[in-house]
Amino acid sequence: MTPGKVTVHTRINGEEVTFLCEPRQSLLEVLRMELGFTGAKECCNNGNCGACSVLLDGVLVNSCLVLAVEAEGKSILTVEGIAPAEGLHLLQQKFLEHAALQCGICTPGFIVSAYALLQRNPRPSEQEVRRWMAGNLCRCTGYDKIIAAVLDAAACLREKASGEVRVP
Amino acid sequence: MATVWVPALLRDLTGGIERAQVAGATVREVIDSLEAQFPGVRARLCEGDSLRPGVAVVVDGAVSRQRLRQKVKEDSEVHFIPAITGGAG
Amino acid sequence: MNEKETYRVIGTRPLRPDGADKVTGRALYGADLRLPGMLYGAVLRSPHAHARILSIDTSAAEALPGVKAVVTAADLPDVEAKVASLGEGSVNTRYQSWNILAREKALYYGHAVAVVAAASVHIAQEAVKLIRVNYEVLPPVLDVLQAMQADAPILLRDLRTDELGEKGSALTNVAAHHQTKKGDVERGFQEAAVTVEREFHTATVHQGYIEPQNATALYNQDGRITIWCSTQGSFGVRDQLKDILDVPVAQIKVVPMEIGGGFGGKNNVYLEPLAALLSKKSGHKPVRLTMNHADVLSATGPTSGSVIRVKMGARKDGRITAAQAWLAYEAGAFPGSPVTSGMGVIFGPYAIENVLLDGYDVVVNKPPAAAYRAPGGTNAAFAAEVVIDELAEKLGMDPLDLRLLNAAKEGDRKADGVAYGRIGCVEVLEAARNHPHYRAPLPGKFRGRGVAAGSWGNYGGKSSASASVNSDGSVNLVEGSVDIGGSRASISMQLAETLQIPVESIRPQVADTDTVGYTEGTYGSRTTFATGWAVYELGRRLIGLLCERAAQLWDVEPGQVTYEGGVFSCGGQRLSFAELAGKMDETGGAVVASVSVQPETWGPAFAAHIVDVEVDPETGKVDILRYTAVQDVGKAVHPAYVEGQIQGGVAQGVGWGLSEGYYYDAQGRLANASLLDYRMPTSLDLPAIETVIVEVPNPGHPYGVRGVGEVPIVPPPAAIANAIYRAVGVRLTTLPMSPARVLEALGKA
Repeated sequence: MTPGKVTVHTRINGEEVTFLCEPRQSLLEVLRMELGFTGAKECCNNGNCGACSVLLDGVLVNSCLVLAVEAEGKSILTVEGIAPAEGLHLLQQKFLEHAALQCGICTPGFIVSAYALLQRNPRPSEQEVRRWMAGNLCRCTGYDKIIAAVLDAAACLREKASGEVRVP
Repeated sequence: MATVWVPALLRDLTGGIERAQVAGATVREVIDSLEAQFPGVRARLCEGDSLRPGVAVVVDGAVSRQRLRQKVKEDSEVHFIPAITGGAG
Repeated sequence: MNEKETYRVIGTRPLRPDGADKVTGRALYGADLRLPGMLYGAVLRSPHAHARILSIDTSAAEALPGVKAVVTAADLPDVEAKVASLGEGSVNTRYQSWNILAREKALYYGHAVAVVAAASVHIAQEAVKLIRVNYEVLPPVLDVLQAMQADAPILLRDLRTDELGEKGSALTNVAAHHQTKKGDVERGFQEAAVTVEREFHTATVHQGYIEPQNATALYNQDGRITIWCSTQGSFGVRDQLKDILDVPVAQIKVVPMEIGGGFGGKNNVYLEPLAALLSKKSGHKPVRLTMNHADVLSATGPTSGSVIRVKMGARKDGRITAAQAWLAYEAGAFPGSPVTSGMGVIFGPYAIENVLLDGYDVVVNKPPAAAYRAPGGTNAAFAAEVVIDELAEKLGMDPLDLRLLNAAKEGDRKADGVAYGRIGCVEVLEAARNHPHYRAPLPGKFRGRGVAAGSWGNYGGKSSASASVNSDGSVNLVEGSVDIGGSRASISMQLAETLQIPVESIRPQVADTDTVGYTEGTYGSRTTFATGWAVYELGRRLIGLLCERAAQLWDVEPGQVTYEGGVFSCGGQRLSFAELAGKMDETGGAVVASVSVQPETWGPAFAAHIVDVEVDPETGKVDILRYTAVQDVGKAVHPAYVEGQIQGGVAQGVGWGLSEGYYYDAQGRLANASLLDYRMPTSLDLPAIETVIVEVPNPGHPYGVRGVGEVPIVPPPAAIANAIYRAVGVRLTTLPMSPARVLEALGKA
């Protein structure tokens, strides 16, 4: 073991991952710099923008505000783990269909955040989506198309899950 | 003859006139004609042998990239306007 | 030049070609790149807004284990004053060099003073703290009016006011005075039945891109420099580096990574020269520098705070007889505010006989202004459009009717005397007036509806592209325009339209400066217009080449081959695009083409916005209830991304209007240098933003395209101010219209 470094055992996107890190390193830094999960973006690095959103044991967190050592024994879901084995997740597909991204830097954070929302609430109202997403900043889109994409994805996911018929 | 709209800050050199009819087949010749009529104009518009970097020349509504070499027709309109800036330190 | 036929691809909404990479996290942005042996840097920034640098001692930092190089201004060539063309902005290279690293003086809070490369970012950050700088602190100048006073502290040792080639005699902070004059405003005001005159103040605001600046450099042993960075224009980066580092252009290769927003703020270089120097000094190791948002806000281009005085007069029938404006824009630490652009925008939508504009470019102890979406336009339109609203009120006219009565049409002359070509100002205002939103009832107390118009000149510029046809009929497209908001799609669509093949057959790639011809940055609303034009020419060239191949196969003259509906034909012979592509091997090998264009016939854009607000009289908070943005886009190539540009511009304009602004303390330290305190709109702050696309084709483009991206940020603050007036009866003349300002206006502060 490297002096001053700590061994951390996690599951990342379903795979067991053990890594060494310094106690001062954030989860974001380790994900990006040590493990190559660069889908989580380092932008504000102080919890204001949401571009580094990941799920930690199912809970949405800004990974820049979590120390890597805090992930010991926990499971992590990053944007790289959202898509199924084949094709894209419906959220990802709907983001593309609705042109819900321009530059795309905030997109991984929004998709992880939306994924977390739909896990908790499969039938969110527009206002609920806007409130949930308020921790993710987008400067390009004015949010309009993001909100539409999430609502559309939610409806399609419900339809898929239950055979629910959508009212056009 | 082409019609030149005299930039506001040069109208002290043209006795206040806003437009001048001048001869010239290129912007360079137009400036030469202006200079002959209103001495001092060239030094304000040009730096050495080119148009000042902050000045754009518009001929018949289009900002010219040929600048001094831009062809001017008999009935052309020529404007000298500040080059558009976005702000760049 | 417009093709009257129905478009097959243009106007549809295909998925963007880079979509899968962007939604899976696979797309590589600058900070995602890792190179073997890479070092990481940190920047020491001035804690003072205005200070002379007496000495810098880097010895302790250099001695820290893990530190590989330390760079200060002494390592930069002392470049001579030289203005390099940067398209939308012009840059004085010497000032830019001074901005990269403070040389004699630190001129704003956050001004870079020294930079360290080390084995880890943590070591670099520790090393920065060990650098000792001896400052002589000077009084800061933070306000444009204060800076213009004769006794104000002087920022730059050589600055004299330029008035179109004539330099003033005294040292000053006023870098330039510009004037535009048409007709006789005095006479015009005498003819007016009503006049309105007001003074407006707007705050310094930031582009607010989510991805901070980053740059990675490798200064190779052979003198070749490779830069990977987040930029709107890779060739612009190369040009600036050539000047700042004083190296030949052939030695520099710039690789544009995916870019996380720019809005004008990622044209100028900040970190790139530093990363290059650190790489050289550290034994040719690759070096990465990244900013955080404190750095971004305190040290990269905001756009100008401003003071604008507007006076307008109109006859009883609503005809505007005269308009006068005095505009003073903060340039930041070095000359170059967008005041001339503001002068172009301020009365842009109107045909007015008598106009007088005076604009001042003024240096203050703030970061140098960079371009920001329709630079200078929002400030200017805020002033003019509030005054027009008040004119309408005094005349008892509908505010859109007043605007329509005075709206600029083809042939009308702008303030600078240049005549408009075919524009869509009237069509936009009519569409706004006829929109259900404008006629919908707005019941409820403290609610009001406001409107405002806006214009933006747009731009053309240099674009290059090349393409090769594949044997299956697909086409590889290489372009130099950085894709900041879906331009791979809008460019591919124009090539597909020209080639009459499906857009999915186009494989676009954004290339580095060694790979594609010179292409200006993605700015000035130029990419879909100019690079779109380039691929139109490219497509025609490919068709010409393929006609030659078909002629060869059919043993006819190339001129006898026609291409229609995706099929080459001559007499009874027919081959589809893909079929002919499959026969390249037997007709001479690969079919490739490359083109370069520099079109001058971009068409101006016009917008009209309608907004409903509700003002909370207890807190002063303004809520946006409904928003409709109408805009002439020429021709919407990909309507979804056009809508997105409009919505994004509105969102930024709402932030500028209501919540964004720099707060400096008396010493000139930026007090809100974080995204929590620099308050940009969240999804909860905005309603759905309805867009109305008006299409008045630009006769100066093969597909009628006009620039789209900039004008939507122009009207929002004015429209909101006018809505607030209708809601609670007070005119807000200072941005942002924060709850505190609204309360103050209501007499409740």
